[in-house]
Amino acid sequence: MRFRLTDDQRALRDGVREALARRFDGRALRAAVEEADRGGGAGVRGGARGTGEGPGRSAAGGGGAGGARAAAALDGRGHGGTGSSGGPGGAGGPGEGRAAGPPRLDRGLWRALGDLGFFALRVPETDGGVGLGLTEAVLVFEEAGRALLPGPLVATHLAAGAVPGAATGETVVAAVDGGLVEWLAEADAVRGDTTGAVPLRSLDPLTPLHRVPAARPAPDPVAILLTAAEQLGTAGRVCELAAQHARAREQFGRPIGAFQAVAHLCAGILVRAETARAAVYAAAVTADPADIAAARILADEAAVRGARDCLQVHGGMGFTWESEVHLHLKRAWVRTQRAGGVTESEEVLAAALTPETV
Amino acid sequence: MDLSYTPEEEEFRARLREWLARTLPALPPRPSPDDWPGRRAYDLGWQRRLYEAGYAGVHWDATPSVRLIFLEETEKAGAPYVGANFVGLLHAGPTIAAEGTDAQRARWLPPILRGEEVWCQGFSEPEAGSDLAALRTRAWRDGDDYVVSGSKIWTSHAEVADWCELLVRTGPAAPKHRGITWLALPMDAPGITVRPLRTLAGPAEFAEVFLDEVRVPVANRVGDENDGWRVTMVTLSFERGTAFAGEVVACRRVLAELAVEARKNGRWDDPALRRRLGRLNAEFRALWRLTQWNVSAAEASGGVPGAGGSVFKLRYSHARQDLYDAAAEVLGPDCLDLDRPWTPDRLSSLAYTIAAGTSQVQHSIIAERILGLPKGR
Ligand SMILES: Cc1cc2nc3c(=O)[nH]c(=O)nc-3n(C[C@H](O)[C@H](O)[C@H](O)COP(=O)(O)OP(=O)(O)OC[C@H]3O[C@@H](n4cnc5c(N)ncnc54)[C@H](O)[C@@H]3O)c2cc1C
Repeated sequence: MRFRLTDDQRALRDGVREALARRFDGRALRAAVEEADRGGGAGVRGGARGTGEGPGRSAAGGGGAGGARAAAALDGRGHGGTGSSGGPGGAGGPGEGRAAGPPRLDRGLWRALGDLGFFALRVPETDGGVGLGLTEAVLVFEEAGRALLPGPLVATHLAAGAVPGAATGETVVAAVDGGLVEWLAEADAVRGDTTGAVPLRSLDPLTPLHRVPAARPAPDPVAILLTAAEQLGTAGRVCELAAQHARAREQFGRPIGAFQAVAHLCAGILVRAETARAAVYAAAVTADPADIAAARILADEAAVRGARDCLQVHGGMGFTWESEVHLHLKRAWVRTQRAGGVTESEEVLAAALTPETV
Repeated sequence: MDLSYTPEEEEFRARLREWLARTLPALPPRPSPDDWPGRRAYDLGWQRRLYEAGYAGVHWDATPSVRLIFLEETEKAGAPYVGANFVGLLHAGPTIAAEGTDAQRARWLPPILRGEEVWCQGFSEPEAGSDLAALRTRAWRDGDDYVVSGSKIWTSHAEVADWCELLVRTGPAAPKHRGITWLALPMDAPGITVRPLRTLAGPAEFAEVFLDEVRVPVANRVGDENDGWRVTMVTLSFERGTAFAGEVVACRRVLAELAVEARKNGRWDDPALRRRLGRLNAEFRALWRLTQWNVSAAEASGGVPGAGGSVFKLRYSHARQDLYDAAAEVLGPDCLDLDRPWTPDRLSSLAYTIAAGTSQVQHSIIAERILGLPKGR
């Protein structure tokens, strides 16, 4: 048993993190939020407009063939000029504004993600995909969660290979999940019945939502797991943000992290995140439905409580629109509503408690 | 990432399972919690059997994966717990193995493995619990001996121990962390008085130990004089890092038993309770994964578990208390009946957030050593 990242997996994670930092960094996130806040308009856009720039910069720091290949795919080497190519729905060009409405998805960014291999990650190589497994997908979605990447990522990833253009990022695919659909207006294809869809005023500025009266199909365990991976990304990120702030912010003549009450809040965030990490990674390895249910419960808790406590550590700054913290909390809340919520997962795990497991 | 075991490891598991199935039914009945001599004999007898079957060294010599298999299988089968052998096997032994001389290893390790000698831990003092480095028990050199005076408290198993891993102050003028020394104290030395203390769970699980000019040979010192704090950190990392791992499996067994009981007594129809048990299932599955994660990390970094042990200890100790609170909900009014097995367990679970460093102290360790926050007060 070697329950730790292989060199390939580490290279993949680091490569994705770097690639995302170039394409959707903190400034790009802020800009997207400001756009959305102004009522849509040019909307959610990648930080680097021409996402194909800087060719050949290897994100993977070594590693074996598989990881290097995936990281290269995710680094977008060999692709260029994706920033200007609009998807079928038409790109929101830089100056193209709208009076009001939900945020728009940046097709350039979506295509760049497609070039990165984000959606085709688990599609077999023989079908033109990257040919990696669930574990790698979890690592990549964790990074997406960390970066607060907007868009129906899980739905499009799951549609790769089934919906034309999904694998390459040409097609944006949304999906009905429980009573909600994320990014319905921006999607080129929707899985599920959207009859009677009504827009909500979404609490997450970067996730437009519709409510649908649809019946609830049984949630796909992979969707649950990838959502848990995104939550894990949030949990890790808010832990970093809280610790950074606690080291830097001074009150009463010392860093607030020297106050035990603050230090303990931060430690609690870490403990929940690391417990969730073990659960999510193990579920990726086993793909067992009960393991996946456990992973989602732990990851939801780590993300939501972590973001709340991170907000507390930031004080008034945390309650300020300009901070990144509330965006993590809001996205984490959005994700808790997916796939039946924790209630469903708790029932799965209760049902798994049988005399045979005694 | 890989959660599967090698064929050799699976073979080890199969042989162990088979041995457990043969051995457990032949064990004598467990003594009552109040019967200390009986408990000592029982616990040592179990260790003896492990020794004879070739499993005694599993805690020390085996790869971490094999150790996990051992813990998993023995707990699943409901084998006896380490009990009185806890300190010797799980932290004094590993500390001596890591920090002792060859002569010390030869003297102390085999009797622990053969189930001949019981150890206890003399760290805490009335005025030095969380602030362990504030300990005052004094030791001064007199020829080839240290002469020790002072007192220890909450010393588990002291009544039946042969040896004590004892922390003493040898450098009273030095800063408090620098003047400490780690000694192996023979519990039958003249000048030692052990006064049992009852725990809130009833039995006298721990004791006060009074030391009145007790002579301890200098040869019993592990590590250098005044270097005991460093040795202590090794001991504590074993205590927090690996010592509780097997108990997670036991908790999973209890949880499944609770579900069986709830289905029997009708409480299962309450969705709130059902979901609570489901959430606990998630918790203990995650804790087992965290164990595997920490063990793999320790394997990669070569031995002594790091501050990750505090992450586990903190989360586990609270989860264990939540488990027995849920048990009380399943039992209803019977949760007040000390003859129901879960009632005494619920009481003893209250110790887990205190012993081996309180939750508050674990939070501080995580904040300082993992997150790099400034040292607080
Ligand atoms: C069942 C059991 C078995 C034990 N077995 C042994 C044994 O075999 N050998 C041994 O040496 N000891 C043993 N102990 C003792 C145990 O290690 C101590 O009880 C523990 O370290 C706490 O110390 P204390 O009891 O002095 O509490 P205190 O240190 O007085 O703490 C009291 C409260 O104050 C809090 N506190 C104290 N300092 C801080 C701080 N800096 N920051 C935040 N909060 C703080 C604590 O978290 C706690 O809530 C055992 C204890 C129990 C319960």
